[in-house]
Amino acid sequence: MSLQVLWFVLWGLLWAVYFALDGFDLGAGMLYGTLGRSEAEKAAIRRSIGPVWDGNEVWLLTAGGAMFAAFPAAYALLFSSLYLPLLVILFALIFRGAALEFRGKGEGAAWGRTWDAVLGAASFVPALLFGVAFGNIFRGLPIDASGYQGSLVYLLNPYSLLTGVLFVLLFALHGALWIALKTAGELGARALRTAAGLWSYLLISVAGFLVSSYFSTGLAKNYLEAPAWIAVPLLAVGALFVTRIMIGKANAAGAFLASGATILLVTAAGLVGLYPNLLPSRLYSVFGLTIFNASSSPVTLKIMTVVALVFVPVVMAYQAWVYRVFRHKIDAGADGEAGY
Amino acid sequence: MSVLTLSRIQFAATAMFHFLFVPLTLGLSVLIAWWEARYVRTNDETYLRMAKFWGKLFLINFGLGVVTGITMEFQFGMNWAEYSKYVGDIFGAPLAIEATAAFFLESTFIGLWALGWTKVSKKVHALAIGLVAFAANLSALWILLANGWMQRPVGYVLRNGRAEMADFKALVFNGTGWSIFLHTVLSGYVLAAFFVMGVSGYHLLRKREEKLFGASFRTAALFGLASSVLVAVSGDMRGVDVARTQPAKLAAMESHWETESGAAMPLLAWPDARRETNSVDAVRIPKLLSFLSFHDFGAEVKGLRDIPAEERPPLLVTFLSFRIMVALGAVMILAALWAWIASKRGKLASSPRLLRLLLYAIPLPYVAIQLGWLLAEVGRQPWLVYGLYKTADGVSKSLSAGTVAVSLAGFVLIYGALAAVDIVLLAKFARKGPEEAVR
Repeated sequence: MSLQVLWFVLWGLLWAVYFALDGFDLGAGMLYGTLGRSEAEKAAIRRSIGPVWDGNEVWLLTAGGAMFAAFPAAYALLFSSLYLPLLVILFALIFRGAALEFRGKGEGAAWGRTWDAVLGAASFVPALLFGVAFGNIFRGLPIDASGYQGSLVYLLNPYSLLTGVLFVLLFALHGALWIALKTAGELGARALRTAAGLWSYLLISVAGFLVSSYFSTGLAKNYLEAPAWIAVPLLAVGALFVTRIMIGKANAAGAFLASGATILLVTAAGLVGLYPNLLPSRLYSVFGLTIFNASSSPVTLKIMTVVALVFVPVVMAYQAWVYRVFRHKIDAGADGEAGY
Repeated sequence: MSVLTLSRIQFAATAMFHFLFVPLTLGLSVLIAWWEARYVRTNDETYLRMAKFWGKLFLINFGLGVVTGITMEFQFGMNWAEYSKYVGDIFGAPLAIEATAAFFLESTFIGLWALGWTKVSKKVHALAIGLVAFAANLSALWILLANGWMQRPVGYVLRNGRAEMADFKALVFNGTGWSIFLHTVLSGYVLAAFFVMGVSGYHLLRKREEKLFGASFRTAALFGLASSVLVAVSGDMRGVDVARTQPAKLAAMESHWETESGAAMPLLAWPDARRETNSVDAVRIPKLLSFLSFHDFGAEVKGLRDIPAEERPPLLVTFLSFRIMVALGAVMILAALWAWIASKRGKLASSPRLLRLLLYAIPLPYVAIQLGWLLAEVGRQPWLVYGLYKTADGVSKSLSAGTVAVSLAGFVLIYGALAAVDIVLLAKFARKGPEEAVR
């Protein structure tokens, strides 16, 4: 495996893990207003994501940093082309963090209502726009010899909006299951019911995504050339059905793990189709960026490989340990010292 | 305004805003880790309450530092795409390493620390904040090694139309990066010390929680004195390094026009860029500039007149930010010394003037640090990578001025609002004091 291929896999892995982890934070944030009916329930939802959202968000930073170091030309083109959507994502993530930090530290009903609304909106927007961004990547960007030629309106095409909806539903289901897993009583039961409802919409959305990807993007090419890879989207659909079965058995932990696997596999399915492109051009394929014409030098890739192979497993180990420390259900009233 | 100008303003504004929160994180994490370690060692509840009280302020400050840091990393690609393409092979590495090796550690363990008081043992809990302190400082190291490379590019080779990594060790052991790291991190320690002394002074003046705030004050005074002296030492290292590697910045910060050996330094000066001289130039100390710049009374110091006009940094900003920063640094050393002597003699309660002064001194390190960044980055102009790559060449080509104007306005509005909320909350919880009961 060449270093470029290895870094494509790592780059995809970082995004996939980011979506699977921050996905439930964002999903829980989206559902926060509807699921949390009392002040205690709202506090329980905030507290369920309180210890982990920050660490989860670092996967995004690492995915961005890895792209900068390993594929600088693609990093430069992607973020300057998708400038406004990315800006809105960043603003939303800032507000999401601020809402979680500030909500419990002020007084009065207006303070609470304001930050509650901010948390909901600031969780929904990144989910939608990450989907729109990846939809546009899958579909191809208008890139010619002098770079990106699109506009904001161009990015809001039906296929990418569909991908945005897919992301919103994936994250919402994942978030509902997180709340079901982490909270007891009526709130947990309500979250599980919501998850069951969301699942049907997600199934339709996944089917729509697969069919329209075949018609609107070049993702199908790799699958037609090497049909064995069809296992990846099939596994994604399989994980989605396992999620539903687990919800039916009221097994929140199993359903949460299955919805996490669904997110990982849906991302993987998209990236298998994308390979070896990073940013395909819709205009003339020669101007698109691939892992070969956008990559860093072998020296840099080797150094970064060592860094990634040493640190990423270590990070996964201590993050897993912290999740274990906080594995118990949220007990309303306790452990609220930091004010989440 | 052009895309270039707007992008520069945006980067400066967002970086300076980000750096309102970072220094307190750097220093206060170290102090809290120390206090919590004392608690584990002595079992004295005062230390636990100190860790909790200062920890709450730490967390209010920390959140905005994190979220405003994420925008910094993406702005290179958004506004500085040409630069990112040109240097990504070497500049991207330290940023990616920072995220992987340091930022994960910091963000994961701050979550454990904030909400894990009853979940893990005392020792593990203290270890968590220790790891946060370590990771925050390690984070600063990698970011400042990246900045050090922009100030003094090393270990690269120009190939395939870009700067490619030739020697990773040269980047990691770049003396410029390390001196920037020391100077920056130590200034964060000073800021945290003044923050703790100021807030403690507020409560000591009101005779509240005198044991807790007296102990906080004593640690902070010693920490602040040691750090402020070391800031001066590392500042001297920076000066010598700038003299060696960035003669245009040195000439601008000193408003030095003629190349000469054994250069004198005017204590009072005011630059006149148009006439290429100083309109005020008085109290000249012979050979002082040569000595301060090169630790050699006879050394030759290059003057601005021998630097092409288009390669000189903006004069007045560079000159003033340097002078005011140094003056503030001196004031802080004296204030820290006074505070340390008073606290050592147990005379805090009888020194209301000192306590009041320290309360109003909280903004000083903030101002000095912002000026330090102005000096470092404005003084680097017109280069983005000193001597290698101009700022004007680095900006994204696909952006329109309108787009960047929108984003800049968004940043100003949102950051302004969040800063206001953050300061209100910090002030509220700082005034409120520690919780009564300890569980």
